[in-house]
Amino acid sequence: MREQSDCIQELERSERSRYRQARHDEPLIMELADICVNEPITIKLPEHLARKDRLNIPSLSESEVVRHYTVLSQMNFGVDSGFYPLGSCTMKYNLKVSEEIANMAKASMLHPDQPEGMIQGTLQVMHELQEMLCEIGGMDAVTLQPAAGAHGEFTGMLITKAYHKKRNDDQRTEVIMPDSAHGTNPASAAMAGYDVITIPSNNGMVDLEALESALSEKTAAFMLTNPNTLGIFETDAVKIASMVHDAGALMYYDGANFNAIMGKTSPGKMGFDIVHFNLHKTFGTPHGGGGPGAGPVGVVQKLTDFLPVPVIKKDGNSFKLDHDIPDTIGKVQGYYGNWAVILRAYTFIILHGGNGLKQISERAVLNANYLMKKVEATMDIPYPGLKKHEFVASASCMKDRGVRALHIGKRLLDFGFHSPTVYFPMLVEEALMIEPTENASKATLDAYADALTSACVEDPELLAGAPYNTSVRQISEKEAAKNLILSYKMMNVK
Amino acid sequence: MSNVPDGLKYTEKHEWVKVEGDLIRIGITDYAQSELTDVVYVELPSVGDDITPDVEMGIVESVKSTSDVFSPIAGEVVEINGDLEDTPELINEDCYAKGWIAIIKPADIGDVEKLLSPERYKELLD
Repeated sequence: MREQSDCIQELERSERSRYRQARHDEPLIMELADICVNEPITIKLPEHLARKDRLNIPSLSESEVVRHYTVLSQMNFGVDSGFYPLGSCTMKYNLKVSEEIANMAKASMLHPDQPEGMIQGTLQVMHELQEMLCEIGGMDAVTLQPAAGAHGEFTGMLITKAYHKKRNDDQRTEVIMPDSAHGTNPASAAMAGYDVITIPSNNGMVDLEALESALSEKTAAFMLTNPNTLGIFETDAVKIASMVHDAGALMYYDGANFNAIMGKTSPGKMGFDIVHFNLHKTFGTPHGGGGPGAGPVGVVQKLTDFLPVPVIKKDGNSFKLDHDIPDTIGKVQGYYGNWAVILRAYTFIILHGGNGLKQISERAVLNANYLMKKVEATMDIPYPGLKKHEFVASASCMKDRGVRALHIGKRLLDFGFHSPTVYFPMLVEEALMIEPTENASKATLDAYADALTSACVEDPELLAGAPYNTSVRQISEKEAAKNLILSYKMMNVK
Repeated sequence: MSNVPDGLKYTEKHEWVKVEGDLIRIGITDYAQSELTDVVYVELPSVGDDITPDVEMGIVESVKSTSDVFSPIAGEVVEINGDLEDTPELINEDCYAKGWIAIIKPADIGDVEKLLSPERYKELLD
């Protein structure tokens, strides 16, 4: 039993913010019903195949099941329940109309082995999405197969490899990237068998001299995200592309930050050869909880022969799956990609149109800069100046008081806001990476800035114990890293 | 403030080196462990590994980030701290003693003299 004074103190801490997350003591669904379904087996089965134990499925009515999952959902935090400015993740609102369309029987009851003649509409949607992504990315062809951004990167690296091999340029064993790169970039390059060369940034951008000295006849590709992870637009992109191309290497565009540039410029215009798109970021499909996502890859003309099979082609008025691509890297995914995600992204793009996408990027950039201006009063912004869709603040000035970026992130949950991305990019000490997206209203941005400002001056001890108002209180970061349990079994771990 | 004990040598990459006869014992500094926060995993070198200065010889992973451990001087690994495999938190609790990482037989023990003195390392931290 806890001391009464502890409870009072805790109440005082939680009173400082108005947000409350539900805390239900909801049993596991297996524990909800005493009687489990145990129908007598009527089919005559050989003795050794017949089930002897009780079938462990609870016998519950539909309403009981719905209530159970509704209660669980009230203990969750998502884009439907609050502001979620997780930097580099583009946690935008998922359109309900996209859900509705993806759930239509015509879309959801398809079987991937149905013959082409029966799925012409599906192939048309996929083909049109490929065409739209080509236009948005300034590319010549797109594959929809990769299931995530990192999967797209890996696909891009395999294409890079196939391209150099075809040209008998086999000594290219290195992939270069700046130190601000997403962690998936070095991982994808390494998985494809490349040596990763990281070059330091200069003033938050690619250091052209460092790039020049890293480039050689061994360079296979240069990977870059633009705007980069600091939210800064790499204004030297075109120059970088020509340096990389002069060295005989390819330019790879990490599309995680695409939400900043739609309709304004494109990777193609900047000189990139390969691009991945994150449909679950830029085009508002569900994101988080492990997916599924989709990471289509676009390429310029000289790389189209290496795309994964099958390629969806238009043949007169019909669509077909073309498996006959001699130089293909092969398949990178079972069947054709995450169809339900592809359809949601297609809906998003059709609904907004070209001008709408452009306005999305303008709004996302405006929101980020407005919020940065407000946050500037309390926190350091290490690389000053206008940003694109996100910015990075630093909590290093609070270190002397024992306050860390992590504490501030957790405390924001008490105000009903998801934490920003913390400790990334690594070139900023005590980094908080904030991406509001186009969805945030001015009122939300103001409320978030106020919460951040008040969290920064709170008692360090109070901050270190946060969050107080959430359904699950502070978890041990250490145990989460060492002993990760993501199932009902976590309820048994103290 | 970070603890920088006398009698040790230091590197710019926040490692400490202790001379023990013709061997050296190495680990990461108090500053390094406090920046990393809770250490959850340590990848140790293997006994017998030849190590080269400024080349990665191990990895320390915390809840916040992953950091390479660099070899301070050239030599050969003669012993590793196997306790870190099950209790990596020793690096947080006692980085200069129980949290040591490896013992190395230097190619040239004289190389140790080129490393930073406690005073120089303190200046670096400031």
